[in-house]
Amino acid sequence: MSGIEHLPGWAALPVALLLVLGATIILAGALGLLRLRTFYQRIHGPAITVTLGAGCLLLASMIYFTVAQSRLVIHEVIIALFLLMTAPVVAMTIMRAAVYRDLRARKHGTGATAGDVYALTEGGEDDA
Amino acid sequence: METLLELAIGYALVCVLLAMVFCAVRLLAGPAAHDRVLALDTLWMCGMLLAIVLGIRFGTQVYFEVAILIALVGFVSTIAMAKFLMRGEIIE
Repeated sequence: MSGIEHLPGWAALPVALLLVLGATIILAGALGLLRLRTFYQRIHGPAITVTLGAGCLLLASMIYFTVAQSRLVIHEVIIALFLLMTAPVVAMTIMRAAVYRDLRARKHGTGATAGDVYALTEGGEDDA
Repeated sequence: METLLELAIGYALVCVLLAMVFCAVRLLAGPAAHDRVLALDTLWMCGMLLAIVLGIRFGTQVYFEVAILIALVGFVSTIAMAKFLMRGEIIE
């Protein structure tokens, strides 16, 4: 409980590499969320945070606990599977809400065209 | 090797906390409401990853349950907020 348990060097090296790689990717994703211009560019930033950064950190956690407790500890797979299933759902729901709101507010400068999907919403604005 | 792992964990903690700061700035300064929802979703995700890194740091499995709870609640709340932005109501 007091600190890092003793790990052999062949296990500490990949854990450290995966931690550094995952943390750098997470920082890049958050920087993209902060710095990009429009919303439709900005939503690409958290995608790499969710998939690649979380994947690297979860893999590091799996390797660490498997070596430290000298048995197979892979229940981080649950979080990884949950993230892989829910991340596209979250992104698609937020994007649909953003397109719908931009078209309803007639903000054509944001780049929300969506083909002909919301053409009826865009045209019949007055009676809606 | 111990110091290498400690340095990596410290770097990961600093990076995840800085990412949370960026998400908080976007949450406060986002021009539209869906920007804020996206920033809040990323903030949940960074909090979950922070719990995982802390679990490696202290060598205990308790943080795993914290992480899975944060992932579940974050997913449900983000879907609820996105549906509210889309329709104006959550349960139709």
